[in-house]
Amino acid sequence: MLRFLPAVTLFAMLGPVIAGLWGTVLPAFGHLPAAGLMGPSLDPFRTLMDWAGLTSASRLSLSTGLIATSISLAIVVMFVAGWSGTRTFRLLERLLSPLLSVPHAAAAFGLAFLIAPSGWIARLVSPSLTGWDRPPDLLILQDPLGIALIAGLVVKEVPFLLLMTIAALGQAQPRRSLMVAQSLGYGRVTGWLKTVFPRVYDQIRLPVYVVLAYSMSVVDVAMILGPSTPPTLSVQIVKWMGDPDLAMRLTGAAASLLQLALVIFALALWWGGERVIAWLGRIWIETGHRGQKEASIRVISLGLGSISSLAVLLGIAGLAVWSVAGFWSFPNSLPDAITWKNWDRHGPAAFQTFGETFIVAGVAVGLALVLVLGCLEAEHRSGRPLSRRGIWLLYLPLLVPQTAFLPGLQTLLLNIGADIGRAPVIFAHLVFVLPYVFLSLGDPWRSWDTRNATVAGALGTKPWGVFWRVRLPMLTRPILTATAVGIAVSVGQYLATLIIGGGRVATLTTEAVALASGGDRRAIGVYGLMQTLAALVPFALALTIPTLLWRNRRGMHE
Amino acid sequence: MNKSLSLRKICIIRDGIPLIEIDHEVAAGEILSVMGPSGVGKSTLLAYLTGNLDPVFRGMGEVLLNGKDITGLPPHKREIGILFQDDLLFPHMSVGENLAFGIPRGGSRVERHRKIENALSDVGLVGFSNRDPATLSGGQRARVALVRMLLSDPKALLLDEAFSRLDAELRAHVRELVFRVVKERNLPVLMVTHDLEDAKAAGGPIIELESYSKS
Repeated sequence: MLRFLPAVTLFAMLGPVIAGLWGTVLPAFGHLPAAGLMGPSLDPFRTLMDWAGLTSASRLSLSTGLIATSISLAIVVMFVAGWSGTRTFRLLERLLSPLLSVPHAAAAFGLAFLIAPSGWIARLVSPSLTGWDRPPDLLILQDPLGIALIAGLVVKEVPFLLLMTIAALGQAQPRRSLMVAQSLGYGRVTGWLKTVFPRVYDQIRLPVYVVLAYSMSVVDVAMILGPSTPPTLSVQIVKWMGDPDLAMRLTGAAASLLQLALVIFALALWWGGERVIAWLGRIWIETGHRGQKEASIRVISLGLGSISSLAVLLGIAGLAVWSVAGFWSFPNSLPDAITWKNWDRHGPAAFQTFGETFIVAGVAVGLALVLVLGCLEAEHRSGRPLSRRGIWLLYLPLLVPQTAFLPGLQTLLLNIGADIGRAPVIFAHLVFVLPYVFLSLGDPWRSWDTRNATVAGALGTKPWGVFWRVRLPMLTRPILTATAVGIAVSVGQYLATLIIGGGRVATLTTEAVALASGGDRRAIGVYGLMQTLAALVPFALALTIPTLLWRNRRGMHE
Repeated sequence: MNKSLSLRKICIIRDGIPLIEIDHEVAAGEILSVMGPSGVGKSTLLAYLTGNLDPVFRGMGEVLLNGKDITGLPPHKREIGILFQDDLLFPHMSVGENLAFGIPRGGSRVERHRKIENALSDVGLVGFSNRDPATLSGGQRARVALVRMLLSDPKALLLDEAFSRLDAELRAHVRELVFRVVKERNLPVLMVTHDLEDAKAAGGPIIELESYSKS
C-alpha cells in the first residue's frame, strides 16, 4: 500500500493540472461539445486578437510579474546580505513569519485601506501636510500601470522569499564563508553577495519562479488593486469564463493558453537574466572590490523590509478598525464612532462561511497530511530520497498559472457531467496544499535521527509501531506547523474555490473578494479580518499545542 | 544449544568495491571488539547486523544468532539489542514509558510495572519512573538506555561507540556496568570502537578493520 502512495500523491497533484490544461486546449481550438461547438478552429484566437485590451493586458501581466519578483527578491537579498546573524534580523524575521500566512486578498485589502486617497496614510497627513479636507481625486488604487498591484504583491512575496532564504541559509553555512571574506577585507554585504548568495540562490530558485508565475497570473489581488479597464489578462479570463454566453469560454480558453505562454516566456527571460547576472557577478568577483557605501545598502534594505512588513500589519489593523467603524469622516485618523453594528450585520453570515472554509481546508489538509506522511515514510523505508526531478514535480502545480488550468478543469468537469461543488473544490485545493505541506514537512522529517528507528526496531517494534509511537510524536511540532501552512494555503485559495465551486462554494476569501467591487469597507473589514484570523489562528495553535502537550518533556523543545 | 552470534563471510560492498569483510563467531559472554579509524564503515557493519543497511550498500554473507539464520529477517524480529554513543531515550516518553516500550508485549499492568521498578532499582534509579529523561544526568540516561535494551530480552548486543560521549570517569563506570550485565546474561557482544581502552577493558578478541578505499 505504502509503495503506491508516491504515485497517488503525484496523481492528486498533477492529475488536475494536466486534465485542466487538456480542458483548456480543446475549447481554445473551438471544441466545446456542451455548447454544440465542434473544432478544430482558430476562431477563439481571432476573437482574442480582436479584443482591444489584449496588448495592455499582456504587457501588464509581464510587467507586474517581472517587477514584483525583482523588487521582492532585491529587498530580501539586500536585507539578508546586510543583516543576517544580527538581532535586528531575528526581530524582522519574527515580524515577517506570521505575515506569510496572511491571505493575499486580506493583505491587498489592508494595503488598499492604507494607500487609497481616503486611506489611513492620507488621513494621517491631512490636512496638516497636504491641505486636503476631502479625499483627493487621485487614481492610486487600480492605476493603469499596476503600481498598486505590484506593491500588493511585493508586501506578500517578501516574507515568502525571506523565509525560503532563511531555510536555504541553514544548509549553506554562511557564517564561515562570511568570516573568511571579512578577514580578507570584504565588507559584510559584498562578502555575503560574493560568497554566500550564489549557493543560496541555487536553493531558492524554484520559489522565485513560483513568485514570478504567481505574480503574473494572480486574480484576487489584481481584482482588488489592479487596473480595471482593461483588467489584467487573468482577471479578464475569469470574466470570460463567467460569461453567460458559452461561446465566450472559447475566447477565455484561448486567453488561458496565452497566459501560459506568457508565463513560460517570462520564466525563460528570468532564466536568461540569471545567466547574465552570474556572468556579471563573476567579473565583479574578479575585480576584487571589497565593497563601499555598504551602510546605505543596509539602511535602505532595512527600511524597505520594515515598510513591507508594516504595510501588512497596519493593513490588518485597518481592516480591524473599519470592521468596527461607525461614521468616519475625512480626514480624521480614527472613526468618529465605534460600533458593533457591522459585526451584527455581517458577522452571522461570515461565521457560517467560516464553517464552510474550515470544512474545505480541514479535509484538504487531512488528505494532504496522509499522502505526504505516507510518501515520506515510504521514502524512509526504501532509503531512496526525493530526487531533484521529484522536487521539480512538487513545484510544478505552483509554476503553471492557475488561470491556465483551473478554467479548463471546470470545463472538463462540466463536459463529463460531473457535479461541481464542495468535493471537487477540495481536490482542487489539494493541488496547492500538497506541495506546501510537503515542502514544509520534508526537511524536519528527513533531519530526524533515524537511529531512533534503529533502537525502536531493535527493541522489537514493527515499522508502523515506530512510525506511530516514536516518529510522529517526536515530530509533533513540524507536523502541526505543516498543518497550519496547509490551512493557510487552503483558506487563501480564491480561483480554485470560485471556478471549481461554480459559485456554490463560498469561503471567506471568495466572499471577501466579491465585496471588492461594492466598496463597502465595513463589510470588507469584517470578512478580511475573519479571513486573516482563519489563517493565523492555526499558526498560533501550532505553536502553543506542543508547548502544552509536552510541557513536562524538556527534550521536545530543543 | 549453540549460543553465539556468528558472522559468516560477511562482506559489505559499495559501488562494486568491498568496504568491510569479516568472518567471526562471537561466543556467548564474549565481547568482540571491532576497531578501525572513523569512516571505515564500522557503523555500516552494525546497520547490516540490525537489518537497517542503506540501499546504497550491498551486504553478503550470513548472520546466525544461536544457530538460527536471521540474515533475511526484518529488524524487529532479530532480537539483537543495540546501544549508540547517544542514549537515544525517546524525548516524548517518561523514563518508565521508555522502559515499557522495551518490554515485549503481554503480561498484566502490574507485572510490567514491577519489571520496570525492578530494572530501575538494579541500576540505582529507584523512583525515576515518572521523570522526564531530559532532566537526567548523562550517566543516569546511559543506565536507562541500557536497562531499556535489556528489558527487550535480546539474544545478542551491539555497541556502537557506546561510551565515547561520556567523560572519562563516568565512561569507565558505565562500561564496567554494561560488561558485567552482558556477562551475567551470557550474551554475545560485538563492540565497535575507536578507543583501545574500551577494547582492552572488554577482554575479548580484537579485530582491526582496514580502510579498503585507501589501499
